[in-house]
Amino acid sequence: MKLTKQQVEYIAHLARLGVSPEEKEKFASELSSILNYVSELNKVDTENVEPTSQVTGFVNVMRKDEVEKFGQEKELIEMAPEHQGGCVKTKVILE
Amino acid sequence: MNFNELTIKEAHDKLQSGDIFATELSQVCLRRISEVDPQINAFLRVTGEQALAAAEKVDEKIRRGKKIGPLEGIPMALKDNLSAKGVITSSASRTLQNYVPPYDATVVQKLKKAGAIMLGKTNMDEFAMGSSTENSAFQITHNPWNLGCVPGGSSGGSAAAVASDECIYALGSDTGGSVRQPAALCGVVGLKPTYGRVSRYGLHAMASSLDQIGPLAKTVEDCAYVLNIISGHDSRDSTSGTNAVPDYTETLARSLHNLKIGVPQEYAGEGMEEGVAEQIKNAVEQLKELGAKVRKVSLPHTKYALAVYYILMPAEVSANLARFDGIRYGYATEAAKNLEEYYLNSRAESFGPEVRRRIMLGAYVLSAGYYDAYYKKAQQVRTLVINDFKQVFRKVDVLITPVSPTPAFKIGEKASDPLSMYLSDVFTVPVNIAGVPAISIPCGFSRNLPVGLQIIGPWCGEEQVLQVAYQYEQATDWHKKRPNI
Repeated sequence: MKLTKQQVEYIAHLARLGVSPEEKEKFASELSSILNYVSELNKVDTENVEPTSQVTGFVNVMRKDEVEKFGQEKELIEMAPEHQGGCVKTKVILE
Repeated sequence: MNFNELTIKEAHDKLQSGDIFATELSQVCLRRISEVDPQINAFLRVTGEQALAAAEKVDEKIRRGKKIGPLEGIPMALKDNLSAKGVITSSASRTLQNYVPPYDATVVQKLKKAGAIMLGKTNMDEFAMGSSTENSAFQITHNPWNLGCVPGGSSGGSAAAVASDECIYALGSDTGGSVRQPAALCGVVGLKPTYGRVSRYGLHAMASSLDQIGPLAKTVEDCAYVLNIISGHDSRDSTSGTNAVPDYTETLARSLHNLKIGVPQEYAGEGMEEGVAEQIKNAVEQLKELGAKVRKVSLPHTKYALAVYYILMPAEVSANLARFDGIRYGYATEAAKNLEEYYLNSRAESFGPEVRRRIMLGAYVLSAGYYDAYYKKAQQVRTLVINDFKQVFRKVDVLITPVSPTPAFKIGEKASDPLSMYLSDVFTVPVNIAGVPAISIPCGFSRNLPVGLQIIGPWCGEEQVLQVAYQYEQATDWHKKRPNI
């Protein structure tokens, strides 16, 4: 199975990742060879096997819903490439 | 012997007795870094001034006649994905090139509290994605045993720094072998604890169901000292375990008499270098001489572990790295007309090729129509890999395997073929899939390059793993060999 250019474009959009035309070709062949490799899992019989998403055995680790002051809000806001009046600035969403 | 070549234990004794000052010890390491790091490139940045100021405090304490803790005044290095307050923590990515975290990772906080001296941040594959440290956005790290070879990865900077005696120990992170494989390729000791043993708060997340922080050191005992400090529950990491932390140095001296060791038949075969196989065979013989009972065992789903990894890991990567949007922190594009372009360009301009590849792969296996075929299937096979370990640990106490099928490879050799690079993790990945602990210790050489022996234990079996490693180390002197640099 080989990924098409359209599929690569679709995934890149899902991942919000800009890709150049040359990269589309490269990704199509590289991702295909990796997917080809991982498809060997199809040989394994997994009927009635539960999926594992994590190995700790913990279920719903809870803590008290208490507010803890971080104390460095200003520094956090100042990390933003664009900020103004204690707010983080973004590009326009609605034209 | 130069002070920078000391182990944690040796340095601690000399500090406490007043034979050396903590400032002196840090200075010697900093001098070593300025002498050899231009060739090795293990460090991304060195924090000499802060190190000496912290060391001065330890000296004052000793002058006042106070007892110091085992890590107090001992210089160490941190992999660059571990947040240290006020110090750039970039994960060797252009995305975080200027990122200064406003808080310490829990492990860093614990080390600081224990009086550890941070010398600087070490190079790594970008966001810990790679097995050679060649994926760093900033520099190539060279293997101290052969400057033409890679140090392994992704904690290659930490491993090379310890191997070349630039620091006494270092921390790394291990998602699919990133502590153990570079430790093996650089001839040092590297431990990946049980998933959840060490808090991951403040570690840049790569694949959250697999990531674990671990020490790289010159001896097994030193690893135990570091593990004593960094382990334990943390309310800021809900996956961290609540088991009490034992003193891991206390059980090292136990004899291996009647201990049951399994040698899995699946950890061999294609791609395995003969010199590596030979050294592992010798190590097994050595362990028999020490009284261990060795038997062959089988973990039949081992051959699928790497495929499971290359579905689950990229899926988690694509989710974790979605946070880098160029808005709240990190790299921001100059060229964007609207928000969508801003995302596309910020991410395209700052992520390196391997990171992009894994984000793409992850987005694909999670996308509608493919989720069941890839992601769910991999989660199911993960269960089978875990069951293999559960069954085998009913019969034996630890498993012995190689860490890597080959010793260090040449810089550039695998850079153009992602799949061949992935295959170098074939013996380390199953351990992360299952979440069990494992260590890499030096067990000889192949073509004058270090070979690592992997000892795998059951969940929370760090004590057994360290005990076997320590007993082997006491009976051999591979860990005393140092590169000529």
